[in-house]
Amino acid sequence: MRYKRPLKDKLASKFMLILTILSSLIVFLMAFGLYQRSRSILATKSLTELLFSTSWHPLKGEFGFFPFIMGTIWVTGVAVVIAIPLCLLTAIYLSEYAHRRIREWTKPLIDLLAGIPSVVYGVWGVLVIVPLIKNHIAPFFGRISTGYSVLAGGVVLAIMIFPIIIHVSVGVFSSVPYEVREASLALGATKWQTVKHVVMRKAMPGVIAAIVLGLSRAFGETMAVLMVAGNVAKVPSSVLDPAYPLPALIANNYGEMLSVPLYDSALLLASLVLLMVVLFFNIISRVVLTRVEKRVQ
Amino acid sequence: MDRRKIEENIFKSLMLASTFIILSSLVIILITVIVNGLPAMNLAMITQTPKGGYYLGKEGGILNAIIGSLYLAGGATFLAILISLPVVLYLNVYAKKGSRLVIFTRFSFDVLWGVPSIVYGAFGFTIMLFLGVRASLLGGIIAVSLLILPIMSRAMDEVIRMIPEELLDASYALGATRFETALKVVTRQAMPGILTAVLIAFGRGIGDAASVIFTAGFSDYIPYSLLRPAATLPLAIFFQLGTPFPEVQNRAYASAFILTVIILIISIVSRILTRRFTKHIVK
Repeated sequence: MRYKRPLKDKLASKFMLILTILSSLIVFLMAFGLYQRSRSILATKSLTELLFSTSWHPLKGEFGFFPFIMGTIWVTGVAVVIAIPLCLLTAIYLSEYAHRRIREWTKPLIDLLAGIPSVVYGVWGVLVIVPLIKNHIAPFFGRISTGYSVLAGGVVLAIMIFPIIIHVSVGVFSSVPYEVREASLALGATKWQTVKHVVMRKAMPGVIAAIVLGLSRAFGETMAVLMVAGNVAKVPSSVLDPAYPLPALIANNYGEMLSVPLYDSALLLASLVLLMVVLFFNIISRVVLTRVEKRVQ
Repeated sequence: MDRRKIEENIFKSLMLASTFIILSSLVIILITVIVNGLPAMNLAMITQTPKGGYYLGKEGGILNAIIGSLYLAGGATFLAILISLPVVLYLNVYAKKGSRLVIFTRFSFDVLWGVPSIVYGAFGFTIMLFLGVRASLLGGIIAVSLLILPIMSRAMDEVIRMIPEELLDASYALGATRFETALKVVTRQAMPGILTAVLIAFGRGIGDAASVIFTAGFSDYIPYSLLRPAATLPLAIFFQLGTPFPEVQNRAYASAFILTVIILIISIVSRILTRRFTKHIVK
């Protein structure tokens, strides 16, 4: 009886340790699992050949990912270009200018924006953005577009990455010590000059990390993009062209992939590529953000 | 007026405009979903499963998808709690502060948090091939629990980390083991925060489509076994929107409305819990 409690403690400790180690290894497990399944396609062609070929004919055994990779880059690029100025200005406003009450009031709203499922964003894109591009934006530039385009995907993605960029950059701005601002203000600088020359400079690495986190979220986002980007397997040449991003390709072909040889392997390779790119972005920005956090303590 | 003053004012109005644009995008999305979804709502939508020809505009509802999503997100949340609660307790009660394992685990959750859900779906699919399971409720639960594991763990970790060290010391001083402290003091003190983490994870699980598209399949029936394919709300929305019939597309809007209401309820409840939590925390 006397030894029962310490024994229980020991057992629980070991069990929890094992769970902790296992769950911290999930990333590796994912990369390994996907790699195992994509080996059969890598045996037929080299990775560079697959990544840079534009020929996508699964029935002939040709799996060129280039149009899809370009589709992803276009859509992500548009999203980031829209999101950066809006998010930075908002983050500066919330952390430097806004009254505490306004900050407390907007935070749940931005959290809510993060909580909306991507399929709902997709529905919204189909109902609002796609017709807007088809009926107003494309004709304005003298172009005909169905509305399902890079631009539609980019706008929807931009809104989806607002919360993460704002959330992380507000954290970064508030990690800049207050004394630095006071020193600048005491020298007669205006508030905006202080932000521009002092706060921004101090916060720059963290802000870039925030943008990269948003970028990698946009890179892997699937359902909303699948619903509004048009899904034509061709490299887009303008923002009004349709695009077929990599995640949309994976999600769209789950039905056929088991009936065509090597198709499943190709799609799992695409997931592996996606995972690797996102891991790369995430690891870099997390390392930067950990440093920023350390500075605060 | 001073040039610096003008610049100050220009940027201040740009900031206000950006904040306004971002907040109004939320309002516009909610209004669009309500305006298009509410008129298409009817009782049959939430009380019936699809009858024959439902996707051509005939009778029925999406009860199969509502129940399927609740089963799936519920199962995945349960599984994720079983893993993340012990892990987070280990990180905060057992492990040495600042040890390599602690830093590495937190970092890997941060990184996992950024992995796109379609990759979880693809990985879930490889696990299913490995285990020989077909697209089913079980497959979906596995993929979604992996997806929400980092979300839940990070949220729990944030709350449990805030528990004052003295509280643990007091418990040890009374002769409690670390296990007893973790279970009876830490968990209890952090309970509202833990519930919030669970709710956030549940919300993510119920709204995610890309991870279940490979793994859970789709079915017009309510699943009665873990090995049956299950319909989910996000996929139901996607499929209904993809049909060429306006009646069915209207049902997609109604389904999106249902999903949004579920998410709103979850978010409001978790907000109330957070408020309660911050009120009772030992400072």
